[in-house]
Amino acid sequence: MSSTPLHGASVGDRIYRVATTAFALSIPLLLVLLSAEVAAAAWPALKTFGFSFLTSSRWDAVAGEFGAAPAIYGTIVSSVLALLVATPLAIGVAIFLSEFAPSWLRQPVAFLVDLLAAIPSVVYGLWGIFVLVPLLREHVMPLLADRLHLGGTPFFSGPAYGPSMLAAGLILAIMVLPYISAVTREVLMAVPRSQREAALALGATRWEMIRGAVLPYASSGILGGVILGLGRALGETMAVTMVIGNRHEISASLFAPGYTMASLIANEFSEATNDLHLSSLMAVGAVLLAVTLSVNVLARWLVWRVQRQGR
Amino acid sequence: MRLRTLAALIALPAVTLAANAQSVDLTGAGATFPYPIYSKWFSDYAAKAGVRINYQSIGSGGGIRQLSEQTVDFGASDAPMSDAELSKAKGGKVLHFPMVLGAVVVTYNLAEAEKTIKLSGAVLGDVFLGKITKWNDPRIAALNVGTKLPAKDILVVHRSDGSGTSFIFTDYLTTVSPAWAAGPGRGKEVQWPVGLGGKGNEGVAGQVRQIAGSIGYVELAYARQNKLSYAELQNASGAFVAPSIEAITEAAAAAAKKLEKDTDYRVSIVNAPGKKAYPISSFTWLLVYEKMSDAGKAKKLADFIKYALKEGQASAPALDYAPLPGNVVKQLEKRVATLTSNR
Repeated sequence: MSSTPLHGASVGDRIYRVATTAFALSIPLLLVLLSAEVAAAAWPALKTFGFSFLTSSRWDAVAGEFGAAPAIYGTIVSSVLALLVATPLAIGVAIFLSEFAPSWLRQPVAFLVDLLAAIPSVVYGLWGIFVLVPLLREHVMPLLADRLHLGGTPFFSGPAYGPSMLAAGLILAIMVLPYISAVTREVLMAVPRSQREAALALGATRWEMIRGAVLPYASSGILGGVILGLGRALGETMAVTMVIGNRHEISASLFAPGYTMASLIANEFSEATNDLHLSSLMAVGAVLLAVTLSVNVLARWLVWRVQRQGR
Repeated sequence: MRLRTLAALIALPAVTLAANAQSVDLTGAGATFPYPIYSKWFSDYAAKAGVRINYQSIGSGGGIRQLSEQTVDFGASDAPMSDAELSKAKGGKVLHFPMVLGAVVVTYNLAEAEKTIKLSGAVLGDVFLGKITKWNDPRIAALNVGTKLPAKDILVVHRSDGSGTSFIFTDYLTTVSPAWAAGPGRGKEVQWPVGLGGKGNEGVAGQVRQIAGSIGYVELAYARQNKLSYAELQNASGAFVAPSIEAITEAAAAAAKKLEKDTDYRVSIVNAPGKKAYPISSFTWLLVYEKMSDAGKAKKLADFIKYALKEGQASAPALDYAPLPGNVVKQLEKRVATLTSNR
C-alpha cells in the first residue's frame, strides 16, 4: 500500500489514518516509557551492587544489602514447573474437546475450563492456603517423599511444611491451564477437515490421525498458547505470595519455601522508605521485565522455527 | 444542540470533582495497623465538628513518602521516622504525636501444652534465630515447669510483607537479645535466619493455625479477634505477663516516666520497666508538620488531635487498642499548641 494520499481522498480518510497510526504507536511508546522509567529508578541499586545484584542471595533491608538471585530463580522455577504440569493437561483437555467430546458436552466443559481464567488470583491464593497447602502437607508430600521413596533425591527432600515452590508451581499450573487450553482448542478446531480425512483415508486410527496429522499442523499455535501461559505465570503475584513461603533462599528441593520477583515487590514496596531499598525493588522490576521480554523473544523465535519446519 | 450536550457531559465530572475537593478538609495517609481506630475517630469527629478527614491506609512507608512530598496533610506510621527521613521532608520540621498503643503477641500451635507457654526475651530471640529448634529444649522447659512439652520441631513463621508489626517485634528482639541485635537487627523487613514468611497477619496466623509446632507473631487486636493462643512473656522486672489492654498502657506509663522533658516522642517502649508492663508494646504515631502552609488546615488538624487525645481514647479498648496513659496525654496536649502555620 502506498503512503502517498490517494487522489481525492477525503479529509475523513486522512483523519482516520492519522488516528489509527497514533493509536498503534502509542502502545510501543508506552512500553518504552515504562521501561525507561523503571530502568532510571533501578539505576542507583544496579550501580551500587553491580552484577552481584543478580547473583547474591542476601536481601537485608536493615544492612542495606540487596541481591535478587533467589527471587529470579523462584520466578523461573515456579513458572517452568507450572508449564510442565499444565501443558500436557491443557493439551489433553483441548484434544478431548475438539476431537472426542460429543457436542452436548463440548460447550459446557469448554465454558468451565475458560471460567478458571475468570477467578481472581486472591481467591486462588486463599484456596491455596486453606485447601491446596494442607493437602500437599498431609498427603502429597508424604506420598512423594516416603511412599515413592523420592525423599532421598534433592528435589523432594527436607521437611514438608506445605508452603513451598511445589505449592506455587501447582497453583500457577491451575491458573495458566485455561489460557493454554483455550488457545490450543481454537487452533485444533482450525485444522482443516481435509487434513484429518486424508490421514483417515490412509488407514490411520483416530490416535494416529491426531498425532500424525492434527498436532503437527497445529504445533506453532499450541506453542503460542504455552507462551501466553508462561507470560501469565511469570507475572502472577498474589496467589504465589500466599503459598510460596517467601524465603530468600535457593534450594533444589521443591518442598522448600522460595520467593518470586513479583512477590518480593508486592511484599515490600509499600513499606520501603529507604532510597536504596526502593531502588532495589525497582531493579527487581526491571529484571522481571527483562526476563519476561527475553522469554517472549525466545518464544517468538521458537514459533517461527516450528512454522518454518512445518512448511 | 448536540455540541451543547457534549459540553455539559464534559463539564459534569469537573463539577463533581470540585464538590469532592470541597467536602474533604484534611487528607492523610499511612499505617494500616491503626486504621480501625482512626476511621472511627474520623467518622465520630465529622459528626461532632463537621470536619471531614480522608485517610488512605497504604502502609507506613507510603505515608511517610507522601508526607515528605506534601501530597497529604498528615502521615501515620507504626515506626518513628529516621533522621534521614526527617531531613528529607519538604515541608520543614515533622512532629511525632503518639495517638494510641498497640502490642504484638507471640502466637503458637502446640496442642500438647495444657497451660499457656511462658517465654523470656532471650529464649524467644534464640527461637527466631534458629538456635533453639525443639519445643522440649531445656531452656524452654525451665520457663515452663509443670507443662508437658513434646519433642517437636519448632517452625518459625514471620511476616513476609514489610510492616510495623515486624518493626515492633524485631525492635523488642534487638533490645532483649544481643545475638539478635548483632544479627538481623530491627526493621520493617529484616533478613530472617529461619522460618516461613506469611503475608499479613492473616498469612502468619493461617500458617500457625495449620502447622503443629509452629510459632509466629501477630498484632494483639488480630489475635484477640481470632481467638489465637498466645504466650506470656517475661518483662524487664522478671514477671510473666499476658498481653492485655491494661498491661500495654502500663508499659507506656512506665516508659513515659523516663522520657526527657523535650522529647520528640520517637521512642521505643519495648521491654518497659514496671511489674505489670507487657514487653512488646508500642506507640503508633501521627506525623504532622510543625508549620503548615494553610492556617485553616493547621487549626483543624490541631483540633482533631486534641479530640483524639481526649475523647478519642475512650473508644480504643473496644477496638483492642490500649489508650495512652494520662501523663502522656497531658504532655501531648501542651505540644499540640505548638502547631502553627507559616502564614
